[in-house]
This record gives sequence, structure tokens and C-alpha cells, in this order.
Amino acid sequence: MKPFTIHSGLVAPLDRANVDTDAIIPKQFLKSIKRTGFGPNAFDEWRYLDRGEPGMDNNLRPINPDFVLNKDRYKNSSILLARENFGCGSSREHAPWALEDYGFRSVIAPSFADIFFNNCFKNGILPIVLSAEIVDRLFVEVDKHIGYKLEINLEDQIITTPDGQVYQFEVDGFRKHCLLNGLDDIGLTMQHLKKIQIFEENHKKSQPWLFN
Amino acid sequence: MSLIFLCNSEILETSTETVSILEKMMSKTLYDKLFDSHVVHEENGTALLYIDRHLVHEVTSPQAFEGLKISGRKLWRVNSILAVPDHNVPTTDRRSGIADPISRLQVETLDANCSDFGVTEFKMNDMRQGIVHVIGPEQGATLPGMTVVCGDSHTSTHGAFGALAHGIGTSEVEHVMATQCLVQKKSKSMSVAIEGELLPGVTAKDIALAVIGRIGTAGGTGFAIEFSGTAVVGLSMEGRMTLCNMAIEAGARAGLVAVDQTTIDYIKGRPFAPRADQWDEAVNYWRTLHSDKDSTFDSVVTIDANSIKPQVTWGTSPEMVVSIDDTVPDPKNAKSEVQRKDWERALHYMGLEANTPIDQIKIDKVFIGSCTNSRIEDLREAAKVVSGRKVSPIIKLAMVVPGSGLVKAQAEKEGLDKIFIEAGFEWREPGCSMCLGMNADKLESGERCASTSNRNFEGRQGPGGRTHLVSPAMAAAAAVAGHFVDVRKLIG
Repeated sequence: MKPFTIHSGLVAPLDRANVDTDAIIPKQFLKSIKRTGFGPNAFDEWRYLDRGEPGMDNNLRPINPDFVLNKDRYKNSSILLARENFGCGSSREHAPWALEDYGFRSVIAPSFADIFFNNCFKNGILPIVLSAEIVDRLFVEVDKHIGYKLEINLEDQIITTPDGQVYQFEVDGFRKHCLLNGLDDIGLTMQHLKKIQIFEENHKKSQPWLFN
Repeated sequence: MSLIFLCNSEILETSTETVSILEKMMSKTLYDKLFDSHVVHEENGTALLYIDRHLVHEVTSPQAFEGLKISGRKLWRVNSILAVPDHNVPTTDRRSGIADPISRLQVETLDANCSDFGVTEFKMNDMRQGIVHVIGPEQGATLPGMTVVCGDSHTSTHGAFGALAHGIGTSEVEHVMATQCLVQKKSKSMSVAIEGELLPGVTAKDIALAVIGRIGTAGGTGFAIEFSGTAVVGLSMEGRMTLCNMAIEAGARAGLVAVDQTTIDYIKGRPFAPRADQWDEAVNYWRTLHSDKDSTFDSVVTIDANSIKPQVTWGTSPEMVVSIDDTVPDPKNAKSEVQRKDWERALHYMGLEANTPIDQIKIDKVFIGSCTNSRIEDLREAAKVVSGRKVSPIIKLAMVVPGSGLVKAQAEKEGLDKIFIEAGFEWREPGCSMCLGMNADKLESGERCASTSNRNFEGRQGPGGRTHLVSPAMAAAAAVAGHFVDVRKLIG
């Protein structure tokens, strides 16, 4: 996993609440057996005017000019600004895979759905919760200033705006550690191998029917 | 009681009031019991939870198996895993296999991975194949007191058995495969009590939608929801599964119902259930799986069962729901600017006008199926409405997709297939089908569907498709009428 330390990037505003994982990556693309290549189909139904299917040459497809990520000023954005309950719905990890492959390193919203939030950390994406009021303010700023960038510092847990305003954010200590160092969860869990074995033996004694 | 062993003498000498506070502190919710009994290791509030059952399907597992292969890791406990293809499988004749080559490859990849790693799999043409959340309980592979995971958000379904069941992402699927553990922080607890008797024609699905309408799709975020109250106790296991299934639609990663005799009766005799010599010990343990009397929840919601009418969603989020005798909401009445925009966008997508009476909304297709509502009881409820009636000629397609091969066989034994077919429904093979349209079963753009599934998101059932979530009885009634109708008018 790519570590996340300090990231400075262009912000794209997606002004909708309850953006679900079906919208982030529609179901027809989940048929892939790979982890990569989902970027061109991120937000497929909003982004293109035709109906997307796996295997199409996305460069030849008609673009929806009204969709925010298709606007020139947001090309190469790497921070997504969104509304409440971002990432709700299905547990598909294809959603953060698609965002990461598109080029997003962070999503900022007033709230996230649990499973999506969790999946982001496994893929080098930092989801940041800021108050609805601050998010509102950022939407206004992004709209006002072409080329609006934010700097996100995970170590210090701060976001700095172009005019020097600083916003603090919360992040779970364990997840922060993993993200800062790009650590693989499985390797970390394996350090507790003995404990897992002992737990399992005791568990088997008390509920043997679970091991039939 | 056990209090004595845990308190020092100084505390025991204090007033009875203190003792009662201590008793309260020791009282555990069902969620506490399940979580605490599976903690392998805990550090700074992050726990490693031991996982008892891992259900696997073809969509969210290939990258996990691939990860294991690349890193040379093995499965920690192969007999904890039960696999089944469900999302991509055709619901029409399967003898010639899957026509779509990409879907076929995904199902073949699951077959190959299960064979390589020695995992038990019910393949597409196995009688026991079906939707992963239907077959787990049906096989007795979901048991009270278990931790259950699956790379699918509707894993919350299994909480109906007093099991702690979480939907997880593919990285976590790989993690559980390799370590039998899940890294997890404890959720907050929410009690949702449905008190009183349900009105005739009102089902578990209506409870689920009414709860989501009340607390919102993010209302349960960060919580494990325990459903209780007389109306929940009165539900069958099928009903309880429907309710817990949709806990995720309220944002909760887990839904729970306490174990009672209904739970135990359901499990007895199922293939993966405890053996006869283990049964009494298992049941004794299972009977402890309820929230203690004095346990406290972080949040409590109580709903009068008899205030719940048949529900119909009108928008593109399950929280956009009203009763059958209501009208489509007017964005003018939205609580905030963000909600107003949301409602306007939803009305535009759904092709609906504000203030339209729900029972005037005409539909094109009817889908009875999905992990929410494809169990035998659901099919019986729908058949009761359909019996002796015909699907309206304006309906382009009405289909019933049983949740598993065994549900299908049971329904056929009861003659339900004939009732549906005579009325004009198509009777299909089991799978996820048009709940998400990964197979050939999809809505065309602009088509409106009465669906017993769980999500009415934009494009969920097919690009441009318009989904209204309802109970099986309400979907059946809509099929007959050609528009939404209060099922209570049909069943009298």
C-alpha cells in the first residue's frame, strides 16, 4: 500500500449527499477479477453519456460535460470534497480501488458509511471527516477559486487552505500508523499468531460445534 | 452472584445503591457479549476479533485469493469457509452455462480458487446453491454466538440468529482468510424496539423501511442495532433476517435479534447445526445470548408496531420512503438546502412529480427476490396475494427469483410456482438477479420496478432504472394492479 504522509492536491467538489458505492463504481465493472484498472469507470453513469460496459475504449465514449469531474478546472484533482454519508451501500472495495486508480488520495466529507471508510484505509486513501459547516465553507471556496488546493498533513492531522487557514481532523491511531507507513494489516496481525492459536484452542473447547 | 468475585470487600460494604450501579455496569448488551467473547487481542481500543464463519461469493473474493497466492499465505481454517456463486449466475436455464464471458470467468475463478484451496463450495448447478445470505442460515452454517463475515454488506442478515455478522471489503476477506481474525473497533449500541402488534398485511420489510425512514440511512452509522420488542419477537426467522438484512441500509454494520425458541427451532436438524451430542450444550449457551435486563444502549428508538403501514420508497435512497396512503413528498418541505437538492434530484431521476399519491404510480416490472425477501415465507406471502389473480397487462415482466435451490424446491412442493406461473409471473432459478443486475436481469432505462430488494440507488437495477422498494406482498399486489396499491385491500 502507498504510504500517506503529506499530500497537496487540487480539490474537486461533488455536491451530493448519500453518494453510494453503486454510483462510485457501477456493478457491471465488478466482474473484473483484478484490483486495478477501475479508474476510467469511476462514477461511470454520471461521467459518460452512454452506457458503460467492461472492455469498452473509454477514450472514445461521449463525456457528460455537466459532470463536475469532467470540467477542465477539476482535471487532475486528487482530493474529493463531498457531502454526508459518502460511500453508503455495498461493501465493494472496488469503490476505493476506483477512486485511487482515478487519482484521489483523500475524500473530505461530514460523514462516511462505515465499510467504505474502512476500505479506504486499506488502499492508501485518507477519508477525512470535517464538520458540515467547514465542508460548506470549503464548497464555497472551491467554487470561488480556480485551482483551489489543500495540503493534508496526516502526521499532524491538519488541513491547510491556500490562505493559511488550518483545520484539525481526527484519525484513529492504528489506522494512522498503518497509512503513514503503508503497512499491510495481515503482517501486523501475524505478530499475534500465538494469541490467535491459544484463543482458537480455548474457543474450540467451549464451543466445539463451531469446528465441526 | 458473580458480582462477589469481581468486587473487592470495600465496595461490597457500601450501600445497595452502589451494588445496583455495579450490577448495571456488569450488565451486557447482546452486542457486548458477542464482541467481548471473540476478542483475541486489544490495543488502544482496536481489537482483533476471532471469526467463526466466513461466507464467500464470486465478486469480492478473487482479489483476496490472488493476494494469498502472491504472498504464499494459506487459509487459516478452511472449514470456516462456505462459498457459493450468486451475483453473476443466470436465473434462466443454466444447463448451457453462463453466456456473458466476463461473468462466466468470475464464477469459474471462484470454482478454481475453491478447488485450489480446498474450500467447500455449492456450485452453480448444485441444488443447495443460492444467495449467500439465504444459504448460510438454511444450511445451519450461521449459528447463534458466532462471528460471521462475508465480502458483502448484507451480511448483517445473519444477526437475526444472535450472531455478530459484518460485511467486509476484499482486503478484509483476505485478512480473515489468512488470520481468522478481523481488525475491529467496538461499535456503539442502538436499541430499536418495535412494540405491539403489526397490522395485517404489514411485514418485516415494512418495519425495516419504517425504521430507516425514521432514523435515516446514516442513522445507524457507527452502531450495532439490536431489534427487539413484541413485534420483533413475533417475527419468524425469515422476518428477522429481512429486518437485520436492512440494518446496513440504516448505516449499521450489524443488526441483531436475541436468541429465543424461534431461533433454536429453526436451526435444529440443519446440515451444519451442532451434532446430537453437542446440541444441549449449544442450546444452553445460546439461551444466554440476549441483552441483560439492566444493560444500557447508547441510543434507543421505540416505534409503535401498529403505526406502521405498508411502505413504498419514492426516491433514490432507502430513507426516501412513505406509507402507501401517502403522497410523493414536496421538496418545498425539505429540512435543509442539501435535502431539498437531494429530493429534487431524486424526483427528476425517478420521473415523479411532488404530491403524486403513491397508489397512482404505475409500474413496468416486478421483482420478487434478493437476500432481503426471497425465502419461503416471502414467496408464500406473495403467492397468497397473487392466487387466483392475473398480472396486469401493463406489466412487462413480473419475476420470482427464489433465494436458493432448496427454497425453490420447497415452494414447488407447496405449489407456489404454479400460482405464480398461472398469474403470469416468470419462475426463475436462484441468485441475486435483478437486485443489482450483475447477470442478465436488469431494468432498461426509464423502467419502473416494484422490487422486494434493498437498494433503490440510481442505476442499481440497471442504468436509468427506477426502483421502488416494497414487501413481497406489496410487490405482488402491484403486479396485479399495475400500480402501487394497499395490499390490505386485496387480502381483505
